[in-house]
Amino acid sequence: MKENREGSKKRTQSRLFSVFTLSLLLTLPFSLLGQKNSCLECHRELDEQSLRAPVDGFATDVHRQFGLGCQDCHGGNPLQDDVELAKDKSFRGAPGKAKVPEFCGSCHSNSEYMRRFNPNVRVDQLQTYWTSKHGELLRKGDTNVAVCTDCHGVHGIQASNFPKSSTFAWNIPETCGRCHSNQEVMKTYGIPVNQVSDYKQSVHATALFDKKDLSAPVCNDCHGNHGAAPPQVASIAFVCRQCHPSAGDLFTQSPHKAVFDELGISECEACHGNHKILAPTDEMLAGGSNDVCSQCHDAGTKPHETGVEMKRKLSDYVSAFQSAEDVLASAEKQGVEVSEPRFKLQEASTALILVRNLTHGLALADMEAKLAEGDKVISEVKTLGGAALKEARFRKTGLVIATVFIFLLALALYFKIRELQSKEKS
Amino acid sequence: MKRRTFVNLFLGGSLLGTAASLLYPVVRYLIPPRQAEAAAKKIVAAKVGELAPNSAKLFKFGSSPALLINTADGQLRAFSAVCTHLTCTVSYEGDTGTMYCPCHNGRFDLAGNVISGPPPRPLEAYEIEVAGGDILVSKKA
Amino acid sequence: MSRRKLRMSQLIRNVVAYLESRFLFSALLEFGKKKKVPEHKYSFWYYFGGLCLFLFGVQVITGILLLLYYTPSVDAAHESILFIMSQVKFGWLIRSVHSWTANILVGAIFIHMFSTFFLKAYRPPRDLTWISGFFLLVLFLAFGFSGYLLPWNELSFFATRVGTDIAGVVPFIGKALKTFILGGPEVSGATLSRFFWLHVAVLPAFALVLLGIHIFLVQVLGMSKPIGISKTKEISFFPTFILKDALVWLLVLTAIGVICVFLPWEIGQKADPFASTPIGIKPEWYFTFMFTTLKIVPAHIFSLEGEVLAILGFMLGGLLWMLVPYLDRRAGREMKSPAFSIAGAIILLYIIVMTALTYLAPRI
Repeated sequence: MKENREGSKKRTQSRLFSVFTLSLLLTLPFSLLGQKNSCLECHRELDEQSLRAPVDGFATDVHRQFGLGCQDCHGGNPLQDDVELAKDKSFRGAPGKAKVPEFCGSCHSNSEYMRRFNPNVRVDQLQTYWTSKHGELLRKGDTNVAVCTDCHGVHGIQASNFPKSSTFAWNIPETCGRCHSNQEVMKTYGIPVNQVSDYKQSVHATALFDKKDLSAPVCNDCHGNHGAAPPQVASIAFVCRQCHPSAGDLFTQSPHKAVFDELGISECEACHGNHKILAPTDEMLAGGSNDVCSQCHDAGTKPHETGVEMKRKLSDYVSAFQSAEDVLASAEKQGVEVSEPRFKLQEASTALILVRNLTHGLALADMEAKLAEGDKVISEVKTLGGAALKEARFRKTGLVIATVFIFLLALALYFKIRELQSKEKS
Repeated sequence: MKRRTFVNLFLGGSLLGTAASLLYPVVRYLIPPRQAEAAAKKIVAAKVGELAPNSAKLFKFGSSPALLINTADGQLRAFSAVCTHLTCTVSYEGDTGTMYCPCHNGRFDLAGNVISGPPPRPLEAYEIEVAGGDILVSKKA
Repeated sequence: MSRRKLRMSQLIRNVVAYLESRFLFSALLEFGKKKKVPEHKYSFWYYFGGLCLFLFGVQVITGILLLLYYTPSVDAAHESILFIMSQVKFGWLIRSVHSWTANILVGAIFIHMFSTFFLKAYRPPRDLTWISGFFLLVLFLAFGFSGYLLPWNELSFFATRVGTDIAGVVPFIGKALKTFILGGPEVSGATLSRFFWLHVAVLPAFALVLLGIHIFLVQVLGMSKPIGISKTKEISFFPTFILKDALVWLLVLTAIGVICVFLPWEIGQKADPFASTPIGIKPEWYFTFMFTTLKIVPAHIFSLEGEVLAILGFMLGGLLWMLVPYLDRRAGREMKSPAFSIAGAIILLYIIVMTALTYLAPRI
């Protein structure tokens, strides 16, 4: 009995062993399947740089992260080592420039296919592209324009929310600039090449590059990504209003709106520019060194005079603000603590920001009302500042009095010591 | 007057003067100041009943502005009024029941979260305590 | 004498008699009346000891006043300083006097110490005076270090962190020492409580005892005369020398007053433990010579860590400095000992140069 059980145990063991070995041998080729990629293996060894580059780039490509390989775009059989067999019937090769949009679009416009990877991703890029200036010209046969690969890259494509991607916010000016700052490329179209350099001087560029504020606009925020086209005159205003609605609303309510629409002048751009949008200053107002009103209004005319009045009121306010600041600074320099008045002065500073914004509405009365509020705050601060200066004077006076007494005491001591010493001598 | 007497008087007089000018600051120092305590952790933002429902008050918290809101349904909320985008001062908009920053159209809900616009972070919320007719605001522990 | 004068002197005599029968101090009074202080070309330096005592008194008084409004907690320390500086009447004056006098006191202590060193006042029987003085130096450096943290501003916080990091480098006991000083692994509320405890209770208690010993010894032994000077003019301790002392104190008090009105001590930014260390952070000026030495010492000397070696070097230096009365045998025999004077001059020069270097070449 015991022998039987021993024997059956041994037989079960040897059976299990054979099953195991057999399965291993059978599945081995399939496991190699997952790893084998003849495209990469072969291209890696090639001498020509342009044929080798795809291998290096692809290592970090976003498509690879989603499990896609060379064959998913280019077709072919990556299991075949022989180059003829690898480039089988399904092989599509590299598309010519004119065919690139459709090539990429074959997947990226297919909602059913794309939602496998990301249910939320947009699939209208190709459609939008055809509405763009680039798409328009490409349709007409111009292959010098930008296609998908010009902006996104070819084999090292990164998602746009990845900071190293060529389509990440702070890389976009450079990406667009590759063609749009190139005189050779742009002269055919008669387009100037100063946009990127102008933009880099703008307040938006400072916000984006220096303060790392990703909400600041770059090329695509005003021009569109795939449907890139210069905004029409009527739409510039809407574009700016995306982030600057209060200025926009004020402008709409002002007399300028109707006139600008009638004359076909682009609203914000007329005074602030398009790419080189600098931080606005009071000098842009009528009578200032950078007078934008004089573009349409002659000096001496009523509108211009109203503008001059606005500027005058503003500069009066700024001087009052500055003098309050000076009082506090002087008190502080003399050692008096002024954090309370400083905080109050912030309210006056806020009023200044709001009044400067009100210039878009052209309503002098509204500006004067707000300035009056600010003036009240400034006078309160001046009172507190005056008290601080008084405190500084009080301290000095007190010091003088105490020092006088101490010196008198010192003198008295000196006399006393002399007297005692002369007594000691005797 | 003898020289010695003069010197003694002089000494006594100036000693008195000096003592007075040294003691005067000390005595004034010891007398309790108007504001009884150092800027405590808790600030009295407003008195109970001062704010109507669906209105707000801007007050000083430490060295920055803060907003005390009495919501439409009578709840009290307090936040830092420094916009997390470019530090403009936010205000309360009664008709939308949201906090609004006029500089670049940033908007926050009544939990301080960003609803729209460029601000990258929510507004810091403060702790509210109602005690003895005062509404006290302090930083969250 | 007039009748009024007669009655006044009778009153004084009665009061003295009353106190004498209770306190039995007649022997002391006799001693004091007879006590003489030598006057010679170096006797000017005698005033620095008394000046240190006076400045300590100023610190005690202003410190006690500050205690009324100061709160030693992370949430309230900085705010209470702001309160003292802005809301409390003359709070700005009391606080500025305390902060400025702390620095002037340490300066006076150094001058006092070096002047007694060069005049070789340490030679026996005054060796215990010197040693108690050495401990007083350490005590007052501890006063300065602990007090500096109390306003809980950026400078204090990081200066404390830098200073205690150095303590942590001492071999074997370093880590335990640092944890004990800080009340934890790093500068925190526990450190503030601990430093406050030291600053207002422990150190003053020790200071009182040590000062008592130090002053008692000075009184009993009298002023030391430089070697080679035997016969000098002498003035009475009471009242002449004391009045001269008082004159010096008054002039220094005036100087402090002027400084505080024109240069009140800053409040600074509240400490943020999560902020990065400000560039160029350094401890208070009287520690900077050690701080800069540690910065320029090479990382490794033979196979030992440079920092550790430097710290041990300072400790050894301190020990030798304290034991100088026993090392300077020649002075003990009333003979000139130029070797020690030169050594002292080198040390003084080193301290001055290193301190200056900290401010003139901060990027070392």
